[in-house]
Amino acid sequence: MMSNITTQSLTSLVDNIKNKELSSEEVTKAFIERSEKSKELNSYISEDFSNAIDKAKKFDQNPNFDLKLPGIPIAVKDLFCTENVRTTAGSKILENFVPTYESTVTQNIWNEGAILLGKLNCDEFAMGSSNETSYYGNVQNPIDKGLVPGGSSGGSAAAVSGQLTPITIGTDTGGSIRQPASFTGTVGLKPTYGSCSRYGIVAFASSLDQAGPMAQNVKDCALLQEVISTYDKKDSTSIDFKRNQYSKELNKDIKGKKIGIPKEYRVDGMPKEIEDLWQKGIQYAKDCGAEIIDISLPNTSYALPTYYIVAPAEASSNLARYDGVKYGFRAKGENLIDMYEKTRSEGFGAEVQRRIMIGTYVLSSGYYDAYYLKAQKVRKLIKNDFDEAYKQIDAILTPSTPSSAFKIGEKKDDPVSMYLNDVFTVPVNLAGLPAISIPAGHDTAGYPLGLQIIGKAFKEQEILDVAYAMEEKIGFKNKITDWWIK
Amino acid sequence: MAKDKSEYLIERYNNVYEVVIGLEVHAQVTSNSKLFSSSSTKFGAEPNTQVSLVDAAFPGMLPVINEFCVKQAIKTGIGLRAQINKRSVFDRKNYFYADLPQGYQISQFKYPIVGEGKVVLDMPNGQKEVGIERLHLEQDAGKSIHDIDPQNTLVDLNRSGVALMEIVSKPDLRSPNEVSAYIKKLRSIMRYLGTCDGNMQEGSIRADVNVSVRLKDSKELGTRCEIKNVNSIKFMQMAIDYEANRQVDLIEEGKSIDQETRLFDTKKNETRSMRSKEDAHDYRYFPDPDLLPLEVTDEFIDNLKKDIPELPDDKKKRFIDEFKVSTYEATILVSDIDTAKYFEEVVAKMGKNKDIKLAVNWITGELFAVLNNKNLEISQSPISAKNLAKLVNLIKNGTISGKIAKTIFELMMDGDKDPQIIVEEKGLKQESDPKALETLIDKIIDDNRDKAIEYKNGKEKLFGFFVGQAMKVSGGKANPQLINEILKKKL
Repeated sequence: MMSNITTQSLTSLVDNIKNKELSSEEVTKAFIERSEKSKELNSYISEDFSNAIDKAKKFDQNPNFDLKLPGIPIAVKDLFCTENVRTTAGSKILENFVPTYESTVTQNIWNEGAILLGKLNCDEFAMGSSNETSYYGNVQNPIDKGLVPGGSSGGSAAAVSGQLTPITIGTDTGGSIRQPASFTGTVGLKPTYGSCSRYGIVAFASSLDQAGPMAQNVKDCALLQEVISTYDKKDSTSIDFKRNQYSKELNKDIKGKKIGIPKEYRVDGMPKEIEDLWQKGIQYAKDCGAEIIDISLPNTSYALPTYYIVAPAEASSNLARYDGVKYGFRAKGENLIDMYEKTRSEGFGAEVQRRIMIGTYVLSSGYYDAYYLKAQKVRKLIKNDFDEAYKQIDAILTPSTPSSAFKIGEKKDDPVSMYLNDVFTVPVNLAGLPAISIPAGHDTAGYPLGLQIIGKAFKEQEILDVAYAMEEKIGFKNKITDWWIK
Repeated sequence: MAKDKSEYLIERYNNVYEVVIGLEVHAQVTSNSKLFSSSSTKFGAEPNTQVSLVDAAFPGMLPVINEFCVKQAIKTGIGLRAQINKRSVFDRKNYFYADLPQGYQISQFKYPIVGEGKVVLDMPNGQKEVGIERLHLEQDAGKSIHDIDPQNTLVDLNRSGVALMEIVSKPDLRSPNEVSAYIKKLRSIMRYLGTCDGNMQEGSIRADVNVSVRLKDSKELGTRCEIKNVNSIKFMQMAIDYEANRQVDLIEEGKSIDQETRLFDTKKNETRSMRSKEDAHDYRYFPDPDLLPLEVTDEFIDNLKKDIPELPDDKKKRFIDEFKVSTYEATILVSDIDTAKYFEEVVAKMGKNKDIKLAVNWITGELFAVLNNKNLEISQSPISAKNLAKLVNLIKNGTISGKIAKTIFELMMDGDKDPQIIVEEKGLKQESDPKALETLIDKIIDDNRDKAIEYKNGKEKLFGFFVGQAMKVSGGKANPQLINEILKKKL
């Protein structure tokens, strides 16, 4: 029994616990056992296994089967603050930081009966597309040795793909859920900005950050979205809108749905296999009865430069609080300024420092208008593009990434090429829209490739439905060989 | 232009300079909780006992606007007869300091909640209007304490995140006295509104003072220096006086004035350069992405307008019209809301046959003197308005003389005693029975025949002697008016 527990979907684990085929303890132990054998993936930054077993036993003693995640063990990205469990954000500067509070999103998960397994690796302060900026080391993609899992939710994607957790949550500022989902053959949803509370999530770029579910299939993803998306007064940007029962309302019938294909996403130098995947995706959508419509999002090419002004600007300010004064790492200094400089030079990694520098520069007097202000204007234009397109369509279909997963170290010293990873995902964050990445095929090396479905604001149900329908047509099977398990 | 003696001018040889002053007043909003968190704002608590996770800027913590503080700012704007902006934006002002946990202060930069308004000052030579440029909401920082630990600076975050209103004036002020009147007027308006307690000892009002000088009658503004964080009216006046003279001296020496930020050293009574324009912080203001633009409706503003009490200027006008007090008296009575309240209560308790003029004299004379001596606010007055009204009535209806009243007033201070009871207990009731007084006076004239004759022969000064004798014999209780009348008749 144990051996096949971790291969089960969340939905079937929930069913098995509810009908008492499995106990929470059995399920929890199975994922812990597999996690223990998977140290080489380096998915975890902090494990909370013994507490998890205690909680599972407790659940079994007094089970509540009305909950949506009854006794389900879940590991989460280490950007979510968890009460009494170390939260590092992948950074040395928070190496010993133990919050006394819980993020709203994780609290929502525990409220539905889930159990924390541990905290998953990620790029430092979620800044990266390969998980290589983490202070706690690279994460290996379960797909192949030496392959990055994507980022910044790399540990989360690897943990779902490698079956170390049945589902997980990540955060997505410019693609940090969708790109690693695409690289690991998993499903990842970035909800509408304002759908999931940012309270208790270590901030990267406040106007773009959004938490979201990552899973092995669309249904699991819908269920987790249903749990984590709540209106929260503690986050002033949280939006009070009618949230669907996403998993219950999931509907494969997408006949007559109008799906837009934006010509601007056919970028220069895009590998043929990505173009082929896209064409296949269009065909799948047609097979599902959707109507395909060519659209234009004319300002798409400005999205990436806009993102790399807005996000670092906000980050440079958001990360000012890590100054060695109140909590976290502190270096010894001759005086206050010296202490600041040493703390932040030693506490932050190179990529974080780069972005703080960029952000500080674009906000500086004399440069603000030329960079930050202009970027905000372009951001509005990008959003207008989507608004215009959505007058005639229901959703947009694009590739999730311009390539499949690359080798560890391959792009580490070339930030611009690294940033290009986000070319298809970034416009969605700038416009605050929901988008889901689903696995849709493999490249010649057998590495997974994802398709992205972008929806209208607050229409998570609509893109989940399209993804659900296409998922069945695609019939994707991840090629995991368990190469890391000795 | 004729030279006005009340003008504040600085003369050097043949040059006459005037001083141009603008103020940035930081007024702490009266509110139980902070601008973006629910922590208490109570003054004087143990260090770091009123600090939430938001105030200490823990990872993932987010600000949530305190609606009450927004209402307070709008009310203050209404009190300043200012434009209320229905849409305002919170910005981050970025800089590093140990007592600034977030590494930025949440403030309002481009779009403040309150726009242009005005304040009217009552100066000895007439009214003076001072323009208000804007009022915005912002967070206060914590407090760095350098003198407890010899090795370290300690930080108290109790104040971190407390709501401040920064009220920026136009450069309309021309003298230290105007600055004093302006601060007092702002304080008065805010205390009327209940939006700032105005307690300067506790730092509820602090100001950055911008000073420049120019030749009198010049239209251009000189280069200004900003004197940071001055926390009393006296220090503001001293700082301006020093700074204006310093600038004039520089100009007279043919030197230029550097635009800079200066500090006022209260011990040496001088301003010192803190940082030059080149070293000025680049605060990298940008809209706070954790907060949506602040939008209020007309209805929201109108509802607040309904809550606005009668403000000092209107109250003054009414006091003059309704109570026939002088402009000078009215100005004094309305300057502090508690004084105005006290006065109105006295007037109300005096009933129909009231002597308002007499009441004003007692309040601004005897009562103020006592409060001054004992260093008390009028709200802590040892004599209640009710009992002061009774005292004034006792004088008015002839029960006691003004002189006896002073004795009674002293006795009233012990536990706010009822003057009526004191009069009865001590038998201090004025003797106003003409028959009794005639008998008393007949006896005095009899006893002092010689002096009565001298008076009749033209030594009129002796009249006072007889009055004095009458008062003495009656133990001060004789009605002076009647004594006068009877004496005139009898002598």
